[in-house]
Amino acid sequence: MTKSITAFLLGTALALAATTGASAQDKTVKIGVLTDNSGLYADLGGPGSTLAAQMAIEDSGLAAKGWKVDLVSADHQNKPDVGTTIARQWIDVEKVDIFMDVLNSGVALAVNNLVKEKNVILIDTGAATSDLTNAQCTPNTVHWVYDTYMLANSTGQALVKAGGDTWYFLTADYAFGHALERDTAAVVVKSGGKVIGTVRHPLNTADFSSFLLQAQASKAKIVGMANAGGDTTNTIKQAAEFGIVSGGQKLAGLLLFVTDVHSLGLKVAQGLNFTETFYWDLNDGTRAFSKRFSERMKNKAMPSMVQAGVYSGLLHYFKALEALGGNPHDGARVVAKMKEMPTDDPLFGKGSIRADGRKLHPAYLFEVKKPEESKGPWDYYKLIGTTPADQAFRPLAESACPLVKK
Amino acid sequence: MQALYAQLLVGLINGSFYALLSLGLAVIFGMLNIINFAHGALYMMGAFCAYFLLTYGGIGYWWALIIAPIAVGIFGIILERTMLQWLSGLDHVYGLLLTFGIALIVQGIFQNYFGSSGLPYSIPDELRGGVNLGFMFLPIYRGWVVIFSLVVCLATWYLIERTRLGANLRAATENPTLVRAFGINVPRMITLTYGLGVGLAALAGVLSAPINQVRPLMGADLIIVVFAVVVIGGMGSIMGSIITGFTLGVVEGLTKYFYPEASNTVVFVLMVLVLLVKPTGLTGRTA
Repeated sequence: MTKSITAFLLGTALALAATTGASAQDKTVKIGVLTDNSGLYADLGGPGSTLAAQMAIEDSGLAAKGWKVDLVSADHQNKPDVGTTIARQWIDVEKVDIFMDVLNSGVALAVNNLVKEKNVILIDTGAATSDLTNAQCTPNTVHWVYDTYMLANSTGQALVKAGGDTWYFLTADYAFGHALERDTAAVVVKSGGKVIGTVRHPLNTADFSSFLLQAQASKAKIVGMANAGGDTTNTIKQAAEFGIVSGGQKLAGLLLFVTDVHSLGLKVAQGLNFTETFYWDLNDGTRAFSKRFSERMKNKAMPSMVQAGVYSGLLHYFKALEALGGNPHDGARVVAKMKEMPTDDPLFGKGSIRADGRKLHPAYLFEVKKPEESKGPWDYYKLIGTTPADQAFRPLAESACPLVKK
Repeated sequence: MQALYAQLLVGLINGSFYALLSLGLAVIFGMLNIINFAHGALYMMGAFCAYFLLTYGGIGYWWALIIAPIAVGIFGIILERTMLQWLSGLDHVYGLLLTFGIALIVQGIFQNYFGSSGLPYSIPDELRGGVNLGFMFLPIYRGWVVIFSLVVCLATWYLIERTRLGANLRAATENPTLVRAFGINVPRMITLTYGLGVGLAALAGVLSAPINQVRPLMGADLIIVVFAVVVIGGMGSIMGSIITGFTLGVVEGLTKYFYPEASNTVVFVLMVLVLLVKPTGLTGRTA
């Protein structure tokens, strides 16, 4: 009798232990896509990023394994204060585990701080500033797709080597533009070039003629566009009008997306050189994903590298969760696991995440095709150079990130 | 010094758009007493109309200059007939809210189907290239925009201030009942005036299509500045809005040269100053 009671108690205790064990093995995840859904960056991130997240959830097959994955999305309007308000509410009320996309460097830096404070995760696929993995790095943030250092290094170096040794910068007047200008100027000077001037324009400017005239008057060989999205497309279009390129100066698009080239049309965009880490037509893996993606987009657009990054980043996050056996709702712990595991997906290939949170993969230097070279809609790029993953980004030796042991 | 001339000219180009748009607003406010917040969306529709004509109909820029304002003008007339006319006699706020709502809906619909980064529209072949003026390289298209909008602005001013039709129109705003007694169909005249104002916005849209990307939000970005222009010039004053439009374009151009970071705000700083000193605007009459 005593024996059976003991056995019963023991059984209950075990059962209880099993249940508490299971609650640590919580299989619910909430993903928040925080992006620009309506402004000048909406085509390169925006609704496409939410779709990419949706596709990652479907392709991960987690639902069949008993996981419950929720997705929320919001528009930060490119305002850091709006972004942090949404982020706070998502963390405190909605219990969001992970932030995806978060384009716009101003918003990203603000959310980056909050994410660390609240111990959730940020996989940033949209913001450019290399500060996210440098001075501002945190154990909770992974910077997935590209950054200003990498862009400057690849495009800047290639252009100086080709003879473009004097530069004039047209810079978007906020965190991103400043970072891109700073990193590119450093590369230009290091490669033996000279920066002879800069003009800073407000974000989301419609008319660039004044700025372009100043760039023209500077007689610099290269006009470096340290801006993005609608600002860059307007600059390029109006530069053609003011005869910048026909006058012998060369435009350097430091950050261009396939959606920008689509919006410009090949007639205007042809011949531009710039760097991306993803292009839909790179290989069978990218083509297969992009075709599925495009079919589900309202305007049938191909994915930008930002949107591709959302898909790729989430797949890796899911793998880390599975390896942990559940969601510990502990941002730093999951990110540590993500750094331990090598990354591998059809869009960015094999890669890894460094101690400072930098995701490593190759960078591709592209040239925009001439209209007669293009075989159809979205056939825009020629690959003209590849920088291997270990050389594309800022070397750890130069890093100011406190997480890097020296 | 050379750079300064160049900036002055560039300012005039932007001023042309301000003038065309604020002129339309002034006409609508002066005659209908409606603060037309849908103006930016209608400007955008003009640009899209040009894009559709070219892409789906193969109809080029020159025809678009005529067809787009008429098409969008008809859309405006439908708006006026079905919605705005019921607001006449009510407080300004109702018209403002209604047109603002319409603008949001129209922009939302376009954004849903065409995304935000815009569609390409190229400069017509006849106006390609540019001339070197010594102090700057002037794209021929930009020169065309300045001259064409000046002509349109002055023609509109002449129509309203110097012709019999304009006189009737102005009389109708002063005292509709009396003008009706003379056998003039006032509601129809009001509707056509709204159509005219809207057509001017669409015309500005077509003019701007080759310079800027054809984007759903192209008007939303511009409309706030244009409202500041109207306030500075004096609500409802036709000549005031034309002159202020061009002047503010130049002021903004100069700011872009001397202190580019402030170029987005300079118009509003001026607006505040003008409101403090002369609340009716520079050329406005006291109500």
